[in-house]
Amino acid sequence: MTDTGSAVPVTVATRVYLYASLLIVAALVLIPLVTTVLGGFKTLGDLRTNPFGLPGEWQVQNYTDILFSQRYWRQMGNSLLIALLTVSLTIIVASMAAFALAHVKFFGANALVNYFLIGLMFPAATAILPLFIRIRDLGLLDTYWGVVLPQVAFGLAVSILLFRNYFRNLPSELFDAAFVDGCGYIRFFWHVTLPLSRPMIATVGIISFVGSWNSYIVPLIMLNTEEKYPWPLGIMVYRGEYSTDWHLILAFITLTIAPTVIAFLLAQKHIIAGLTAGAVKA
Amino acid sequence: MTDTSANAARPFQLSLPLRGLGKPSTMGGRWPVLILFLPPALLLFTLFVILPMGEAAWYSFYHWNGYGAPEQFVGLRNFQVLFNHGAFVTALKNNGLIILVSLVVQVPLALWLAMMLAHRIPGAVTFRLIFFLPYVLADVAAGLIWRFVYDGDYGLFAAIAGFLGVESPYVLADRNLAIYAILAVVVWKYFGFHMMLFIAGLQAMDKNVLEAAEIDGATGWQKFRYVTLPLLGSTVRLSVFFAVIGSLQLFDMIMPLTGGGPSNSTQTMVTFLYTYGVMRMQVGFGSAIGVVLFVICVTLAFTYKRSAMRND
Repeated sequence: MTDTGSAVPVTVATRVYLYASLLIVAALVLIPLVTTVLGGFKTLGDLRTNPFGLPGEWQVQNYTDILFSQRYWRQMGNSLLIALLTVSLTIIVASMAAFALAHVKFFGANALVNYFLIGLMFPAATAILPLFIRIRDLGLLDTYWGVVLPQVAFGLAVSILLFRNYFRNLPSELFDAAFVDGCGYIRFFWHVTLPLSRPMIATVGIISFVGSWNSYIVPLIMLNTEEKYPWPLGIMVYRGEYSTDWHLILAFITLTIAPTVIAFLLAQKHIIAGLTAGAVKA
Repeated sequence: MTDTSANAARPFQLSLPLRGLGKPSTMGGRWPVLILFLPPALLLFTLFVILPMGEAAWYSFYHWNGYGAPEQFVGLRNFQVLFNHGAFVTALKNNGLIILVSLVVQVPLALWLAMMLAHRIPGAVTFRLIFFLPYVLADVAAGLIWRFVYDGDYGLFAAIAGFLGVESPYVLADRNLAIYAILAVVVWKYFGFHMMLFIAGLQAMDKNVLEAAEIDGATGWQKFRYVTLPLLGSTVRLSVFFAVIGSLQLFDMIMPLTGGGPSNSTQTMVTFLYTYGVMRMQVGFGSAIGVVLFVICVTLAFTYKRSAMRND
């Protein structure tokens, strides 16, 4: 990490102020999360009298019951399947369109870019009812595709924009050389552009994966049967069923956010860069 | 949203000498690439983004339950009902309040933390990681976690009240307090994202200017006010833009916390759309809400673009 501000604070007072502030904010961020994880290890009575502290008796069974339930794995599987379909379709469709818009000169190219940019201006929620009717009329209601296709469509604007800017900034000498050698657009796309664009493929992949993994409103509207629910919907059903059994709900929350937290800690640099740089460049 | 039209205007010089390749017969010419590469995106985007938005505008003039064809034309009645609907007015106010808190609390908090973490101090990377963590969690999970925190029987607030010896508050069931409880969760969830934007902005800044100000004897505050802040202008605008757009879309987090209740006191535009449009299958009315949201979003996008172009 590069140093950006002025010199490192020297006085003891500055240091105390600095770390005290940071620690207070960190505590406010972490306490809800830590008490959630610990709460999952408690009995309901223990949770009621002692929500902050360590469990009186560690109820590992709260967690193992969920881990051995079909329900948990089904929800995770649904979320993963929907996310993988969304990511792969987004990358394929967006990179192809972005390539054509970046490298091929044709009448109306600019107008087409602006047409896709309209998608940046409003969220899926604005058109959710007509979207529901379209999915219903296509017979895709209560199917994974009914969730995936709208998600891909609403992710296209950002993805095309990111890919297009990236493709245009690749060294143009490559293009010269390739075309002198008689390499056509499609071969160039496949053999030169895509292999050179791995960082941007990763960025678009992260953005659309996180978006799909966490998405709630589109699956809420499109899916009816619990067997197909991704985890954000499933966790709401679980909470509805166990309404005040907070120890079980907390264990369930912990296990559903665990993959996200683990992935974040393992690939923090890529995820932070993907989610912020991606947003900035769009 | 960067301006792409400037880039688009740059002629692509390489396409001229390559005209010969543009025969439809050769796989790899101009036409095959256009015919193969553009339609999938164009089709998906038109079918699931542009047409639904156009249809929302159309349906908003009808009273329709979504079955058969929309036939009962009601003109602007849906909009009239909408703006006279107490819950929608509350929703608009709440969206305004969320925007206000984002601007007055969240963005300054994020900037303050970014300035501290831009120092090369031990632990800076860990702090950044902790502060960004809530942002990667799903809104639904964050909402549920805070529903536990605020719970008057089992939650952290109940324990704090017990410790202080006061009656346990049921924050989310109180129609005067619930919205403020939600505002706190919004700040908790999103400040880390804005902090990262500011850290990126600070790192891209020219340090020589700061050093020059230091040599000229500027105090810490003066350096911040007259050097750092003006140089961060575009980042501040970006951060404000994301805060505004994000607050307009707020839905996932509200559902597990309050679902828009108690007695509609925590509705936002999108939860209102869901409650009164989707749940009751009032396609015309729900579409009218969508149209209002659309108009607000587009106006904001253009305002942002204009202000960004004027200043950058």
